Amino acid sequence: MSALRPGLVPADDAAARSFAGIMAILAFLAALAAAAAVSLSATAADWGAALAQEVTLQVLPRTGRDLEQDVARAAALARATSGVASATVLSRRETDSLLEPWFGQGLDIGDLPAPRLVVVRLGAARSADLTGLREKLVTELPFARLDDHSGWIASLVGSARVLVWGAFALVVLVMGAALLATTFATRGALAANRRTVEVLHWVGADDRFIARAFAFRFARLGLAGSAVGGLAAACVAAAIIPAIRATDAGLRDGGSLTGVSLVGWTGLASIAVVVVALALASGLASHSSVSRLLRDSRRT
Amino acid sequence: MNAVVVGEPVVAFDGVGMRFGRGPEILRDVSFAIEPRSFQFLTGPSGAGKTTLLRLVLAALRPTRGHIRLFGQGASRISGGALTDVRRRTGIVFQDFRLLDHLSVYQNVALPLVVRGRDEAGYRAEVIELLQWVGLGGQLDRLPPILSGGEKQRVAIARALIARPELILADEPTGNVDPHLAERLLHLFIELNRLGTSVVIATHDLALMDQVEARRLILSDGLLFVDEGAS
Ligand SMILES: Nc1ncnc2c1ncn2[C@@H]1O[C@H](COP(=O)(O)OP(=O)(O)OP(=O)(O)O)[C@@H](O)[C@H]1O
Ligand SMILES: [Mg+2]
Repeated sequence: MSALRPGLVPADDAAARSFAGIMAILAFLAALAAAAAVSLSATAADWGAALAQEVTLQVLPRTGRDLEQDVARAAALARATSGVASATVLSRRETDSLLEPWFGQGLDIGDLPAPRLVVVRLGAARSADLTGLREKLVTELPFARLDDHSGWIASLVGSARVLVWGAFALVVLVMGAALLATTFATRGALAANRRTVEVLHWVGADDRFIARAFAFRFARLGLAGSAVGGLAAACVAAAIIPAIRATDAGLRDGGSLTGVSLVGWTGLASIAVVVVALALASGLASHSSVSRLLRDSRRT
Repeated sequence: MNAVVVGEPVVAFDGVGMRFGRGPEILRDVSFAIEPRSFQFLTGPSGAGKTTLLRLVLAALRPTRGHIRLFGQGASRISGGALTDVRRRTGIVFQDFRLLDHLSVYQNVALPLVVRGRDEAGYRAEVIELLQWVGLGGQLDRLPPILSGGEKQRVAIARALIARPELILADEPTGNVDPHLAERLLHLFIELNRLGTSVVIATHDLALMDQVEARRLILSDGLLFVDEGAS
């Protein structure tokens, strides 16, 4: 029975090809959006984690105080805090080179009262007692500031979330377009196969059987089309996303550069989910529109 | 619902009239009954309305007036699942065959069983046996477009019989075959009737009708006359 059923509705090659083509394009767009969303949220999480492992102490120069001594004291306080792995005082030159991109090389900033920085690396457990450190700084060095990057992280996570939701909305829209395309194609196929449907009715098929025959056919066509689109999206994602991440990896050190590991198994899985969801949507949309059309045709 | 009520005709027409649009009345006042296990010919000149009458029996057309009862139910009220049920109890041989051109001979004949959800392992031998009986045992895998008219007709007959319906409606089932094969096919219908199926054969082939003593429903000028036959 199952060997026969998919062929019960004859295939109109031209119409079938254009339907599969539309599904391929839609799957390509949706899969790319899904992969981008997954990769984006992973990158944002990486950045967030990297930033969260580091805090910075800024010590401002004050007239009448020895800046070098203050900086050393701040570093010592940081080292004494539980959960802190290391605290490194950036030298005057290192601080200047950090400011260079903003002020330019030509300007001699040596005379400006620039703050000095202490880079504090936190332990893996991330349970550093930053509140305790902050309290000590307030009493001992009120003109030192502790920056835990939480503002950065929040805005980074926030914009990543907006982009991810945007990509998700795109997937939903493409899904809607696929449903409409399937309904439209099913309507055409039903009209083209009126005599076949009539015969199926005469030999005792009920509407459910006929709707299922169409659903099988469109699910198969949908799967064929969206698989091609999904594959293309996977290739494009494998080519583009590593490039984006390589830029990011170049800013920091480390980071692997092989395509698959950068698109990520979750990215590939999201593409697969989109492909399967589109095929299922084709089958369901076809089933419901055939059922509805058969019911309506009997009412007249 | 599946059992025929004792004494209730399989098909009953009461004062049925039929016209297409604003055209002439093809059937004017037709009343008759088809009893369970009965055998009859439906005859009349070409254009008399034989095919139209059969389509009314299939509930494929609604009469312009009168009442039709099928298997004990008012035809005008049959819909959905009940309509499927009526169609499963009725086998049809269309005058123009209506085979599915993209399916093989074997698949066409198996179709009524496929749509009933039957398993191929259970019916394969049965389908092949019936096709052998109608002389198509060697053509199982051929497609209808390359069959001769008579071969198509035999595929259509086999498809109508395969599910052992309670009522067979055959529209000119021997119109495309030689007299010898016509006789052989006629005996297939007679055999089926012996097993309990009601048979209606529409034909204007007098030689065919003369081969069996049977009731004749004669359509003429929109009216139906019944010749009960000798027995
Ligand atoms: N759908 C239709 N619309 C309009 N007229 C129709 C329709 N179907 C049949 N007719 C007309 O009804 C009349 C009876 O047709 P029908 O096919 O029932 O005759 P028949 O007895 O089966 O003829 P034959 O022996 O040639 O098969 C014909 O004049 C035909 O033109
Ligand atoms: Mg006819």
